[in-house]
Amino acid sequence: MMDQSCIVGVGETAFVRGSGRTVLSQVAEACQRATADAGLVPSDVDGLVLSGNKVFSEALAATIGMDNLTYSVSLHHGGANPVAALQSAAMAVTTGVASAVLVPYGWNGYSETRISRGPDGGSETVAASSAEPVTGDDTMSAAVLNAYAPMGVFAPVQFYSWLATRHSELYGITPEHTAEIALLSRSNAQSNPKAYMRGRPLTLEDYLASPMISSPLRMFDCCLETDGACAVVVTSAERARDLPHTPVYISGVAEGHPYPADEFESRADIADIGLARAAPRAFAMADVTPADLDFAQIYDCFTYVVLLQLEALGLCGTGEVGDYVSGGRLRIDGELPINTHGGLHSEAHVESLNHVVEAVRQLRHEADLQVDGCEVGLVTGWGNFAEGSAAILRR
Amino acid sequence: MSDSAGAAKSSAESDGDSAKPPPRGEGLWGEFFAFCRQGELRFQRCGECGKWRHMPREACNACGSTAWAWEPSSRHGRIYTWTVTHRALHPGFADDVPYAAVIAELDEGVRITAQADGIDLADLRLGLPVQVVLHHDGTCRIAPR
Repeated sequence: MMDQSCIVGVGETAFVRGSGRTVLSQVAEACQRATADAGLVPSDVDGLVLSGNKVFSEALAATIGMDNLTYSVSLHHGGANPVAALQSAAMAVTTGVASAVLVPYGWNGYSETRISRGPDGGSETVAASSAEPVTGDDTMSAAVLNAYAPMGVFAPVQFYSWLATRHSELYGITPEHTAEIALLSRSNAQSNPKAYMRGRPLTLEDYLASPMISSPLRMFDCCLETDGACAVVVTSAERARDLPHTPVYISGVAEGHPYPADEFESRADIADIGLARAAPRAFAMADVTPADLDFAQIYDCFTYVVLLQLEALGLCGTGEVGDYVSGGRLRIDGELPINTHGGLHSEAHVESLNHVVEAVRQLRHEADLQVDGCEVGLVTGWGNFAEGSAAILRR
Repeated sequence: MSDSAGAAKSSAESDGDSAKPPPRGEGLWGEFFAFCRQGELRFQRCGECGKWRHMPREACNACGSTAWAWEPSSRHGRIYTWTVTHRALHPGFADDVPYAAVIAELDEGVRITAQADGIDLADLRLGLPVQVVLHHDGTCRIAPR
């Protein structure tokens, strides 16, 4: 499948708090923009790979005029979905099941779901934990509703802190190490007109003074909650050559799941995150090594999750990430710039899809904060109980 | 087999603090919590290969057997990891913050998640010897030993 498919169109809505719009409206706008960016019309697009069930393929197709749908599927790995969706889209266009596939995601992550506000915020899993009739069961419900919520554990900031506590205790990771992810993200966002946190710089002092939410994660370890949508269009490499933009090749792509993926307790090692299984397959498919990467967009729902993924990617050894992130290596002028748009931390939270959009703009050499001459980049996804996905993209 | 709806209902009724979400208690989880309410901590143990398991599952993922028994736990183990929550994400826990949600690894090999009870938050560390105690509401707590 290496280099047999390309991302040929990208689009997004504004990233806001309080869209005043339905999720479907925002997803439709992102799809229309991505389709137009690809030089196509909706009738040309016959595949949809969706994330979760916030939007149904039937309604989306009817809204934007996709009257020729031949392939639709929905994934359920949370924030790992959009990058995993590239795998499904690449398979669909490589096998001929579809000729062009839209991969969208959107939500009202601030004005509707808003996990940080607790059960009243409406997160399906969290709301279901409050002794109300259960609706919207997901892959996490059995564990959350029986083992975690009764013990006061409702949200990702708590789940992932279990991984972070053990890792930091074993390897001596400090708040200054995690701060580096927050600080570089906020710094990069200052060059991005779309970034929600543009104009609001962050200092180490601000970071250290921010309140602890669930140890070791503080407020500024947490990503944004925003409303908005993104979409990308995938088609075959052959067709991509006739379209307006520099094709961005899907060189390698993989999803990976910890075992078991629906709870943390039974894993032989809680550090067995999905990306550790996905990354070697993505690198092998693309025939590149971590040293070949010119940039990486790493899923950053929380800063510490980035540290765990840097190790899982093989960029440094297990337990070495503290030293690895020190000294500016991941800054825009460093050896491996990451999250060049500001990431979920400082641009917006559109699962991993705004990371994909940024990677495409970098490889087209059209980014706001351009990594000069970049040829190969990486995007990761992370969701639910540390499921993972990785894509190696090149121009 | 347990009546899952009945299990969830009686769990809620056993706790005067209705603001805290009781376990949903469906299926095998209902059986687990039914033992807890009787003051017993039991986990599934495979009837073929002897492997212990928790969370509850319909089959042994080591040997595939669907034969099992609910066997008594040693209750003794060590802290595997934890998080101390400072911001309540549910009103039922507003009076508890800061509180520790601990994953403990028990001597029989399973891990269990529970709130710490009686452990100074400053004393939390990997490998700290602990025991599982049963709370009056039929859920578990991690206590010193």
